[in-house]
Amino acid sequence: MRFLLLFSRQGKLRLQKWFTPISEREKKKIIRDMTSMVLARQPRSCNFLHWKDLKIIYKRYASLYFCLAVDNQENELLALEVIHRYVELLDKYFGNVCELDIIFNFEKAYFILDEFLIGGEIQETSKQVVNRCIESSDMLQETMEEYMSKPAF
Amino acid sequence: MSPSIPLQEMIRAIRSARTQCEERGVIQRECAAIRAQFRQVDNGGARSHNLAKLLYVHMLGYPAHFGQMECVRMIASPRYSEKRVGYLGAMMLLDEKQDASLLITNSIKNDLAHSNQYVQSLALCTLACMGSAEMCRDLAPEIDRLLRASNSYIKKKAALCAVHIVRKVHDLGELFAPAARSLLAEKNHGVLHGAVVLITQLCERNPEALERFRKTVPDLVQIMKGLVISGYSPEHDVAGISDPFLQVRILRLLRILGRHNETASDAMNDLLAQVATNTDSTKTVGNAVLYETVLTVLDIKSESGLRVLAVNILGRFLLNNDRNIRYIAMTSLQRIVGTDHNAVQRHRGTIVDCLKDQDASVKRRALELSLALVSASNIRTMMKELLLFLSSCPPGAQSSSCQRHIPCGRKAGGDVRDETVPNLIQLITNTSELHCYTVHKLYRALLTDISQPSLVQVACWCIGEYGDLLLKGECQETEPSQVTEDDALDALETVLQSHMSSPATRGFALTATMKLSTRITENVDRIRSIVSIYGSCMDVELQQRAVEYNALFRKYDHMRAAVLERMPVIEKNSSGHTNGETAGDAVKEIQPAAVKQTGPLLPQQPANQVCDLLDLLGGSEEPLQPSTALGLPNSTSTAGGDLLDLLGGLELTPLAPAPTVPVYEKDGVSLTLICEKTSDSGMTVTLTASNSTDSDISVFTLQAAVPKSVQLHMKAPSGDFLPARGAAKVTQMVALNNPNKVNLKMRIRISYNTSQGSAYQDTVQIDSFPGL
Repeated sequence: MRFLLLFSRQGKLRLQKWFTPISEREKKKIIRDMTSMVLARQPRSCNFLHWKDLKIIYKRYASLYFCLAVDNQENELLALEVIHRYVELLDKYFGNVCELDIIFNFEKAYFILDEFLIGGEIQETSKQVVNRCIESSDMLQETMEEYMSKPAF
Repeated sequence: MSPSIPLQEMIRAIRSARTQCEERGVIQRECAAIRAQFRQVDNGGARSHNLAKLLYVHMLGYPAHFGQMECVRMIASPRYSEKRVGYLGAMMLLDEKQDASLLITNSIKNDLAHSNQYVQSLALCTLACMGSAEMCRDLAPEIDRLLRASNSYIKKKAALCAVHIVRKVHDLGELFAPAARSLLAEKNHGVLHGAVVLITQLCERNPEALERFRKTVPDLVQIMKGLVISGYSPEHDVAGISDPFLQVRILRLLRILGRHNETASDAMNDLLAQVATNTDSTKTVGNAVLYETVLTVLDIKSESGLRVLAVNILGRFLLNNDRNIRYIAMTSLQRIVGTDHNAVQRHRGTIVDCLKDQDASVKRRALELSLALVSASNIRTMMKELLLFLSSCPPGAQSSSCQRHIPCGRKAGGDVRDETVPNLIQLITNTSELHCYTVHKLYRALLTDISQPSLVQVACWCIGEYGDLLLKGECQETEPSQVTEDDALDALETVLQSHMSSPATRGFALTATMKLSTRITENVDRIRSIVSIYGSCMDVELQQRAVEYNALFRKYDHMRAAVLERMPVIEKNSSGHTNGETAGDAVKEIQPAAVKQTGPLLPQQPANQVCDLLDLLGGSEEPLQPSTALGLPNSTSTAGGDLLDLLGGLELTPLAPAPTVPVYEKDGVSLTLICEKTSDSGMTVTLTASNSTDSDISVFTLQAAVPKSVQLHMKAPSGDFLPARGAAKVTQMVALNNPNKVNLKMRIRISYNTSQGSAYQDTVQIDSFPGL
């Protein structure tokens, strides 16, 4: 996987994860291209696009577009499953996740993503294991904070 | 200094800003506060939330580089919460191009050896995300150590970190190979997945590694079997498929290992067949696994039964309701249409149906695949479908699909029916931006092969019409080539002289040559000589054209440019049939002043009956071929009004008043003809006979016959006696009515008695009527 982007229907970026080193300018350009391309798609069209030498897989969940870019030899249908798995993880963590959750707790969204994917590859195929790990990390953080008697954020 | 607000407060404040300006104000204030806080040495627990705020601002697109050093400091902090945000910041703000990234190498190294696995995981994750080549080299031994001796939580992350290292520094692949091999024995799915990905990466980079890892094929097959057949594992189940992510990765690895290798491919045949048949294809997950299986089967040296199974699965995908699945089915079929052509042909019907899909991506794929499937046997149906598709295409898509349509036309071969030629020509005129590309491509096709009449006709027509574009040489969509005027004329001459060219094709070529006379500058003489050569050609059609064009050079040179102008876009005929016929008929009647001097003389008829004439006339009348009809350009409209009118107007000018045309000259008896148009479909022909011999001629009669739909009425002649030496003439008026505007021909039988008393009879055919 090359990058993962989450953006709203108005094109506001909610999450960006880059799996290859790219300059800031290049990143901004890619974000602009992706948002305009994906938002221009008809409602009932195919979820796959071609962009330069990459395949773009996108899926809309409520008001958020999840956009994943993969290499040409990757399996697109599986990429759809990857997106779906991430949404499920977010849903389990936040309980009926909505866009606001991701806006106000963006760092948590990143932590969850980092338990699911590393370096652009899946690290854990079991939902329960991922959830357990995130909970444990959160516990670790809170314990430390309780000890320090200061709020985390 | 205002107290810094918690992260969520800030987010709320930014979101409630009503204008961009207001938002920028809020952010500037916050950033100033954050900067100030960063400068403070000891901040208590507020550091992490400051950095978090900065990261949020960064995501909105504002600059945040002043946070880089703070990230470095946070990573080094003993507190987990600070480390967490610090590492997140490192992944977002630091990439390998930043100098600051090197500063965290030591921290990462320390954290990799931390007692707490979550701290270790932070370090691994960050290294795998943004580790530069140097960092990777430094830390590779650590990763290797973690691969061997740690818990599965760390092992799976270490494996993926190793993948990143191998991508950055290829040589280090050697280091990880043994560990990777041993990881395959693990039971934990996460670790297995990581191991498979690592092995895939090693095999892709290094052919030696590929050889070594081929030995793992049996192990992989075993693992797959376990997933597919036995064991419902609730932890990894997705809609009935056991760990589809792992299955797909294993299938991909098997593909790489089985490629070009018989033994490896044999070992996996059974498994692949099993997966292909057992996997439930009602949900996307199942289809994802099936898709990967199909890709693997088609890529390795599988047995033919398995290949057929794979293509059938793709065929089933084509019928699936889900658009995504249809799309990937066509993508895969496109890849194998070269090798397994027959298998793909079986699904041609479904593919052609997909041309009518709503989705643009699906339509494009279907078009490419359809073009690839065109062959001699199915060309008619395919062309019909493709033309239908092109006509329903929006203009933008039309040009790109036309580009691919034209090489397809080459495949069409001799089988194409005549109506395809005018349809294709009409399409070409409609896509004006492609004229340059089209004419270049067709010219090149003409150079290589002139055996296919339809293609040659279209090519000649295009060279004639767009010759100037061909000679200009520059064309965006194709490689530039310098075509000189001589080259173009050579090509057309080859067509004219080739024995493979049908008369219709030669007609196209001759007209194209003529059209070039206005589009080129230097070789006009060459064109004139070509045209005049064909003035005595045996073929009637060519001869007529040549003579007319000659006349255009000689007498009507001032009109030549107007007559040979670029044709307007051809309107589509409602019935979709050839546009040529109606145009051709009207055009045929327009004849320049020069008239064929030598029509074919029919053999004399012993029977003296008018109906004989009519039969002969009716019998020899040829049906107009659409291709020849298109030959003479429909330039009447471009010349600003009917050419009819132009030539009709000529009659009134002093240049050529009602021309007297000699139609018969033999043995001293001559017959001339004057035509006058009296109404839209009616005309009067005045025949004048005279006798230049020394003896008188008596009982001079004329009989005339015309094509069936034309009405003829012969008025009484002025007499039947022709005195010698042209002392007097006999005239006879003939009234003609041509409501159907058919090609007007007239056959006249002349009979008379000489002074010696012998009866004489002759027949002459008049094909062209000047002044019409």
